[in-house]
Amino acid sequence: MRRAPTSEKALASNMVPVSAYLILAVVLFGIGAVGVLICRNMIVLFMSIELMLNAANLAFIAFSRSLGIADGHVIVFLVLTVAAAEAAVGLAMIVMVYRNRESINIDRFSMLKW
Amino acid sequence: MSFDTVIFIISALVAVFGATMMIVQRNPVASVLYLILSLVAQAVCYVQLSAVFMGAILIVVYAGAILVLFLFVIMLLNLRGTEELGESPNAVGRFTKYLVAILLTIELVFIVKTATIPAAVTGIMNEAVDEFGSVSQVAKLMFTDFLYVFELTGVLLLVAVVGAVVLAKTERNESHSLAQDEEGADLRESAGK
Repeated sequence: MRRAPTSEKALASNMVPVSAYLILAVVLFGIGAVGVLICRNMIVLFMSIELMLNAANLAFIAFSRSLGIADGHVIVFLVLTVAAAEAAVGLAMIVMVYRNRESINIDRFSMLKW
Repeated sequence: MSFDTVIFIISALVAVFGATMMIVQRNPVASVLYLILSLVAQAVCYVQLSAVFMGAILIVVYAGAILVLFLFVIMLLNLRGTEELGESPNAVGRFTKYLVAILLTIELVFIVKTATIPAAVTGIMNEAVDEFGSVSQVAKLMFTDFLYVFELTGVLLLVAVVGAVVLAKTERNESHSLAQDEEGADLRESAGK
């Protein structure tokens, strides 16, 4: 396994505590939640969901690194797959809804709302 | 302040800035670009956490494929950010939304700060072995311990592909048959003449 020695040194001396990464992940998740709540554009709403998935991924990676177990990387991979599938289906739905309604304003699609 | 800390602070600020700008922008194309900025900053954090392969995957799959799909749909629908999206019906509803979202974030930060995380997790991280997060290690895990999960991922993607095609196809079939009908009508008309 050939790797630059400097990177190994940098790996060993990562002085940033895990909680910093977790707080970053939480803040990103919160921004995503704000986006889901306040955005009226369906596409931006979908992107906010993607951002929330990524925040969870960051937490997985941080825990994985701090515990020294690489299982979190596999889970991140699975989350990425789910995000890709969700984006494909969701965007197909957006295209279909736009064809029917000529709008992507989320407030107009309140048929199922009580 | 070590070099790592400086990189972390810069990338965290860029990530939060990109995410904030994404939900503030009116133009969806600008939103997508800001999300890409945020994702690149998050990929820097991944690499810092020695998840090199996952950082590369994040950039390739997310910024390279999924967000380009978003851009493609925005182009397809010809959105320019000038569509009337209207204001929220009432000010109370809007206020509630912001309040709920901000409270959620504060609550999550509070949980992270006070949760009882095992001693191994807090503080300085374990020294990573040289191979940690490399392609070979992740691949070994993926094809041994997580093999069935990995196969299920394939099934999930298949289902998603079929679902997307079905969602898009019904509409196209109708318009196609409609076009055929029109064509047939034209033909009949011309034949009648």
